[in-house]
Amino acid sequence: MTTSERLLQANALARTRQSKFAARNRLNKIALTLSLAAMAFGVFWLLWILFETVRLGVGGLALSIFTEMTPPPNEMGGIANAIFGSFVMVTLATFVGTPIGVMAGIYLAEYDVKGWLASVTRFVNDILLSAPSIVIGLFVYAVVVARFKSFSGLAGALALALIVIPVVIRTTENMLQLVPPALREAAYALGTPKWKVILSITLRAARAGVVTGVLLAVARIAGETAPLLFTALNNQFWTSSITEPMASLPVTIFKFAMSPYENWQQLAWAGVFLITAAVLALNILARVLTRNKL
Amino acid sequence: MSSTPLAGAPSPEHHVSSTFPASATALDLAAERGRARTAAPPPVRSGRSGPMADRLFGWAAKGAALLTLALLIGILISLLAGAWPAIAKYGLGFLTSSVWDPVQDEYGGLVMIYGTLATSAIALLIAVPVSFGIALFLTELSPAWLKRPLGIAIELLAAVPSIVYGMWGLLVFGPILATYVQQPLQSLFDGVPYLGALVSGPPVGIGILSAGIILAIMIIPFIAAVTRDVFEVTPPLLKESAYGLGATTWEVVSKVVLPYTKAGVIGGIMLGLGRALGETMAITFMIGNMNQLNSLSLFEAANSITSALANEFAEAGAGLHQAALMYLGLVLFFITFVVLTLSKLLLAQLKKGEGTKS
Repeated sequence: MTTSERLLQANALARTRQSKFAARNRLNKIALTLSLAAMAFGVFWLLWILFETVRLGVGGLALSIFTEMTPPPNEMGGIANAIFGSFVMVTLATFVGTPIGVMAGIYLAEYDVKGWLASVTRFVNDILLSAPSIVIGLFVYAVVVARFKSFSGLAGALALALIVIPVVIRTTENMLQLVPPALREAAYALGTPKWKVILSITLRAARAGVVTGVLLAVARIAGETAPLLFTALNNQFWTSSITEPMASLPVTIFKFAMSPYENWQQLAWAGVFLITAAVLALNILARVLTRNKL
Repeated sequence: MSSTPLAGAPSPEHHVSSTFPASATALDLAAERGRARTAAPPPVRSGRSGPMADRLFGWAAKGAALLTLALLIGILISLLAGAWPAIAKYGLGFLTSSVWDPVQDEYGGLVMIYGTLATSAIALLIAVPVSFGIALFLTELSPAWLKRPLGIAIELLAAVPSIVYGMWGLLVFGPILATYVQQPLQSLFDGVPYLGALVSGPPVGIGILSAGIILAIMIIPFIAAVTRDVFEVTPPLLKESAYGLGATTWEVVSKVVLPYTKAGVIGGIMLGLGRALGETMAITFMIGNMNQLNSLSLFEAANSITSALANEFAEAGAGLHQAALMYLGLVLFFITFVVLTLSKLLLAQLKKGEGTKS
């Protein structure tokens, strides 16, 4: 092989290499552009939804929203009873669900870290965490509503509590596991009984994280509609009795948004704005609380 | 505090809370993470009988954990019991019959099951590539200062209640979709076999396609968050070796990161699928609630398990109608249970192989 032939061959090789390199670069650029587009796509929906919620919701905000009851079609009114009903049920559910969730989280993190019961509980908890919420509604209907032959705010609160529990268990367990064992050991060395170590030391050190879990749970149930549809049902009037059907913000929005009446849709948008603002505020608060941990 | 057994010594509670305020130890805590996980719990004094309070507290904690198990079993039993009249009458034929007639008291679940599966499939078709792109962007492309805000924005998308998506979809997105997507598509594919049938039907912005798109927007954050998290567990050494050999970003992601995290990514997709299957309110708004299965059209209004439950259950009298709806709920629970279990197993598989990082 002569030198010139060799040179030619080397040249050809360099050219194919270069074209291969260019093709790889092109592919890379296309992929990265698409990835950028995907990111923009995701953020775009959030901004659009927030924009429309604010645009259509703020217009309907008035004092009467908070003071008047849900009106019949084409009449003036507010959603005071729905806001109150949501408040009552969410509060009840939080107070019922939090202690159970925290205790189960303590069990998983402090008592039984690797046992079979813990593994099973973790697995079941993950299933419950993502189980369709409407199925929780069916369960509460079968257990409570069908038995007492009446829809009630209490049944609604119970359904919501069942959604709170897995969220709180998950965060409590994770947060307790972040507590350094040295803290526990120091307390044990002083002769502190286990329950006291947990309550006064580990739980206290993980306080911010546990509160975050509760806030996230509240944010989740504040917007839940499906489990309330056939547990708390709805109520056109103000009621503070939890044994009667109770209005809630999400169910009222559902009913009003599906209706053809202008004023109902207006109220629904105002409700959507209130719910979105509350849920996002809770989420951001939760994030601020555990900025360095999650 | 006064009840501390060591009355003379400085109270341990006080000591701890002043030395380790929860907020200041945050970084230390995160650093201790791995250790805390592997350390065995301090031994319980099982040899001698502990004080009553100790045992009570332990029982309460165990009871709460058992309650979670009981909850799952309770849900299964109550659904089974509620659905029993329908199960006894139709058996598995319920799943393949498309008759749903409350007036004649004749029920079959095919329409709803099809609606649920079709909308979820559309949602996955859109959401998976987009979520993958988002995860790629967040792990490989984004400047460090943008990572956090963008990550939070995506997570907030997951926090927006589904009723908000539903109302927005019905009143804002649906009409826009009808005018700018459905009508042009129809005129484009008019007369084309198969494709034409796929886009036939009234272009009103509600139906299987619209529901699927809204579902996609709703599950993108879930899939993207899991995908990002599993991408981040890829050992930097692997990635850097590939970069060192001259691989482009895309090649690193597609040939190193993706094969390494395959199980986790599929687990994330399954998680998103579980969400999509069980999503209720947004679907109820968007799907149109019509019990029909006449055409393959994606624009036609249809029904899903969740929207049938949401619309009919409260009004259904006790009897076969309610039992049939319960049966649907049981089917839904079963499908999501299988999907979520698969997702758990796949994610666990990744965790087992990874070793170094939590």
